[in-house]
Parts: sequence; structure tokens; C-alpha cells
Amino acid sequence: MTVTPTPARSRLDPEPMPRRDFLGLASLWAAASTMVFAAIGMLRLPKAAVLASPSKKFKVNLPESLPQGEGFVPPGRSVAVFKDKEGVYAVSLICTHLGCIVKQTQTGFDCPCHGSRFALDGTVIKGPAPAPLKWHKVAVSGSSVTVDEESSVPAGTKVQA
Amino acid sequence: MSAALPHTAIERFVANLKAIPNNLRAATLRGGTPNTDRSRSSFVFGNVFLHLHPVRVHRWSLRWTTTFGLGIMATAAFLITLVTGVLLMFYYKPYPDAAYISIKDIHFVVPTGRFIRNIHRWAANVMVVAVLLHMARAFYTGAYRKPREFNWLIGMGLLVTTLGLSFTGYLLPWDQLAYWAITIGANIAQSPREVTDALNLTESFDPGGLQKLLLLGSSEVGEEALIRFFLLHVMLLPLVLFGLAAVHFWRIRKDGGLVRPANADEILGPRTEAYPVFTEAPKKTYQLAAIVKGKTAAVGKGPENTLPSMPHLFYAELGILMLTAGICLALAMVSDAPLKELANPAVPENPAKAPWYFLGLQELVAHSAFMGGIGIPSIVLIGLGLIPFLDRETAGTGEWFGGPGGKPLVLQAIVVGLGSAIAIEAVAIQFGWIREWFPKAPQLLITLINPGTVLTLVYALYSVWLVKKHDSTRAGALGLFTCFLCGFALLTLIGTYFRGPNWNFYWSPADWPAH
Repeated sequence: MTVTPTPARSRLDPEPMPRRDFLGLASLWAAASTMVFAAIGMLRLPKAAVLASPSKKFKVNLPESLPQGEGFVPPGRSVAVFKDKEGVYAVSLICTHLGCIVKQTQTGFDCPCHGSRFALDGTVIKGPAPAPLKWHKVAVSGSSVTVDEESSVPAGTKVQA
Repeated sequence: MSAALPHTAIERFVANLKAIPNNLRAATLRGGTPNTDRSRSSFVFGNVFLHLHPVRVHRWSLRWTTTFGLGIMATAAFLITLVTGVLLMFYYKPYPDAAYISIKDIHFVVPTGRFIRNIHRWAANVMVVAVLLHMARAFYTGAYRKPREFNWLIGMGLLVTTLGLSFTGYLLPWDQLAYWAITIGANIAQSPREVTDALNLTESFDPGGLQKLLLLGSSEVGEEALIRFFLLHVMLLPLVLFGLAAVHFWRIRKDGGLVRPANADEILGPRTEAYPVFTEAPKKTYQLAAIVKGKTAAVGKGPENTLPSMPHLFYAELGILMLTAGICLALAMVSDAPLKELANPAVPENPAKAPWYFLGLQELVAHSAFMGGIGIPSIVLIGLGLIPFLDRETAGTGEWFGGPGGKPLVLQAIVVGLGSAIAIEAVAIQFGWIREWFPKAPQLLITLINPGTVLTLVYALYSVWLVKKHDSTRAGALGLFTCFLCGFALLTLIGTYFRGPNWNFYWSPADWPAH
């Protein structure tokens, strides 16, 4: 190829491009962008639209004698339901750090995985947990309590029977 | 075949029958028996499985101390997991509870099932160790330098894929150990929320939630997660590993073989045995001049200090494969792969521990989920990936701990790396950290300033200081890499042996409180 020096052209007046080069580049870019879009489309598939998990809303009868400050954990649920003079409330037992199930102690909740410690109202006292334990929405009718594990309400929200 | 040709078709048929062994052999070995340099070469490049190898290999590459066979050991361990993994798939069922029962069957009922599963587990462990040591070898001999930067990056991809294979395999038994380790892992993937929550962004921008959703296919570890991990473990990641490994091996060849010092030939000295060299004159000349830059390889040079790969390199590789298999089998005989109780989403293991090579990470995570699980690992990976582009020196390439500073610097870096990690961990264990000192501290501060990030900062500052002191980027790289290895080893050790229930520090499991 021989190179002949040409006067520098401005950005707005570029070198003319041969038709074949243009068509070749255009088809190359068309193929590349098709593949990129196809890849994005394929990535859309594993992002589930409907989550295969059972309903998180459940109804439970509180035991007759539930001492103040001691949560009742319905079997198979990760929630502690409390009852005191101001009403009924439910605190999530899922650690906000990495999802382990916390255990209730005399003074609050301990996480077995990385040592986070929470007060009885869920606030973080110690450890790596970035947020307090969630409070769930409860509805009370008589002695039965409905808890929605997917909802969250501000800490301190208690519901009177 | 000088004898007269058989006359009848029947005679020819019998003669052909007799000649089958010879003809089969000739058809298989296209270049004939590999007994001359020429046929040995064609044995390698005429074989689809061998042609990733060089035809001839430098004598330096065959020394034990050049590589200790670590890359081959990692490959051998991978092949062992491949074979045993396929065997395990005969019985394994990737569905919750059924998975647990099938592993139990493999362990207690299937003939040789327990042994095969043990080998699979041990080969996976050997692979992780070999990959890490291989990386250290490549680093300390300066094998990441030009023109091998790209292969260093591919190697990092292989490291991540290896860890990914281990992690995904961990869920498959569906026991308590598996369930809670993966719950923790999936929540680490979600941990960018720690930052987006603190900035009140999660509603509109939630990469953490997306990562967890893609990994688990659900909001918690369940059947969707199990089938995804199974798919990743037996199909997707092995394919990725195959692709990366093929490029990795190919580039070793294309980048000029294994790294060796400039004066390798002097160190090796003259050959002590009579090796066959160019025993046959080439029968044709190659007209490659039009497509290959530079002079023809052999013009103006004596024969290089190389040996034919067949048999020298292949026998060495076979030896390492046998050694690796021996190690895995021996370990499989003395130690069973664990299988705890069936996964129970209501009661976590206490302590819930990941496989040992993730316990350093878990130790970091115990200070901050985001920085420990995503932030610091990303910084480490980016740092390791940048090393070949930041250190462009050439002094000491091919020598163990070569370059300014050398071995004394590495020893000093070990002291600094271990010392600072012990000091920072001791403070955190003894006196707590920001949350205990200032309970009202904002979450972002607790996330950003934790023992893990402080340790990373100390290492970074130390290496910058080394660059200045020795006036060499290699010195900084040596310090940084050594510190990284020390930090990894120490945190892994603490996570493995000194953490008990509630991730509290105990000198010995004997001190753990009774349940």
C-alpha cells in the first residue's frame, strides 16, 4: 500500500470511507450487537419473575401463658411473637447480617453465625449486623394472631387485641 | 513386504487379518514409533490431545525447583474430580431431601460410593491448594511479567472458577453444613445492600438483591437454588474451566515456555548425557517467512538447550498425575467426607462454617458483610490483576524471589504481614471494634472502617513504602503478594481453629460451651 500524505482533515470532515469497508464494518457491528443483545436476553431467563416460595403469611394461636419479654416461635417459622400490656408484636429472627436464625436469650437475640447481638426490640448491640431485626405486621383477633413475614413495620408497632 | 502378493482373495483376507495389530498401530500413531527426534515431534503435534504441549521443552522447565509440578498437580486434581464427579452423578438427585438421601446412599450403600465421594472431596481440596501454590510459584519466579501478563490474568480466572466449583459443590449434599454455608454465601452476594440501604438507594438501585436472586432463583435456599448450583457445578463452571485452561496451556507455549532466568543455560551447564539432537535432516523447507515476523527460528543459532517433550515432559507429567492420585486416594482412605443432618432452615449450625478455604473470607465477613465478602476480595483480585502491569521491571525474572529486595524482603514481608494481621485481629477480639466503642456510629462508618479494611490498608501502605525504599516496583509487588498470602493464611487459621459458637474466639474447641 502506498501512502500519500494528505492535508489533515478536521473531525467534521473525515476521510471518505470505501463503500466495501463501510458495509463490512456495518455488518460486523450488526453481528456483534446482535450477539450482545442475545446475551442480555438470555441473562433475562434466570432472573425469576415468580419466586417459588410458600406463603409467608400465617395464623397462629398464642399459648395461654406467654411471659412478658419471652417470644413465642411458631414451629417452622423464623418469627418471635411477643405479647405485653401494649399489645402483640412480631420480631423477625433472621439476622440482618447474613441470614442466620438468631436465638432468643434473656436479654435479646444472639446470632450463632458471626456473633451479632440484638436487644429485645431488635436493635443491634454488637457485631457486624448492619440493621436492626425487622418487625412484622400483625393482626389480632381473639387469641389468634396473623403474621406476615414479608411485611415490615416500624419498630415499636404493637397491636392491641 | 517383499514377499510375493497373495493370489486369492482368501489369502489376502488372511494376510490382512494377521496384519491387523500392525496396521492398527500404524493408523493410530501417525508418525510411527516415537524413537527419533523427528517422530517424537510428530507424535506431539500430530495428536489432538498432546498438541497443547510444546514439541520440545527447555531443560530448565524440567527441573523440580522450577515449578514443583504445581500446575500439573492442579490439572491432575481437576481430572480426578471430573472422573469421580461423573461417577457420583450416577446416583445423585438434585432435589431437596432427595439429594441428601442420595448422598447418604452413595456413602453407605453404593459399592465404592463412599470411597469415590471421599476422593472427589479430597481432589477438590488438593486442587484448591495446588492452584494457590501454583499462583505463588508463578508470582515469586516473576512469571507474570511480559510477555506473560495475559496468562496471569487467565490464571486468576482459573482461581476464581476453581473456588466457584468448590462453593457450588458444597451445597449439593443438602445437609446442615451445606445449607447454612450457602445461605451465608448467598447473603454475601446480597450484601451490597449494606451500602445501598445506608444511602437509602435500595428501592431504585439494588445490585445485591439481583445477585442473590440470580444465584438462588428464589428468596431463600431451596429447590431452585439446588438445581442452579447443580447446573453450575456439573456443567457451566467445568466448561468455563476447560476453556480457560486450554487458553492457559496454549499461552505457556506461545509465550515462550516456562519462565527462566536469562543465564539459565550457564546455570544448567553442558549436557551430561548424550541426548539425540536433530538426528534427521529436515526433508522439506518451510516457507513461513511471509507470515512470521523476524528471522526463522533456527537461523544463526545452535540447537537450543531443549529436549523432546516425548518422553521427557510427558513422563514428568504422568509422574505428577500418579502422585496426585496417590495423595487423593490416601487421604480418601483415612478421612471421610462429612455429612451432617438433613438441612433444617429453622436451626442454623453453630458455628456454621464454610469450607476451609473460605474461612478467611468468613473471618472478614464477621466484621462487615459487604467489605469482607465483596469489597476486600474485589480489591485483592484487582490488585493481583494489576501486578503485571505495574511491575514492568526485568531484573530477577525466572529466579525464585528474584528482583530487588529478594529473599530478605520476603522474610520481612512475612513478619509484617503476619504481625499486622495478628495485631489487628487481637485488638478486635480483645477490645471489640467501632460498634462496641461508639454504639451510635453510623453504619457506613462501621462498614468502611473494620479490621479487614484496616489490614488491607496497612498492606497497601507497606508495599508503597517498599517501592520507595528499594526504588523498585518488583519490591512492592513482592511485599504485597507476600502480605496477601500471610493474611489469607492467618485469617483462614483463625476461622478454622479458633472460632467457636457465635463466632466467638476460643483457644481450643475443648473450651466451647456445652449446648
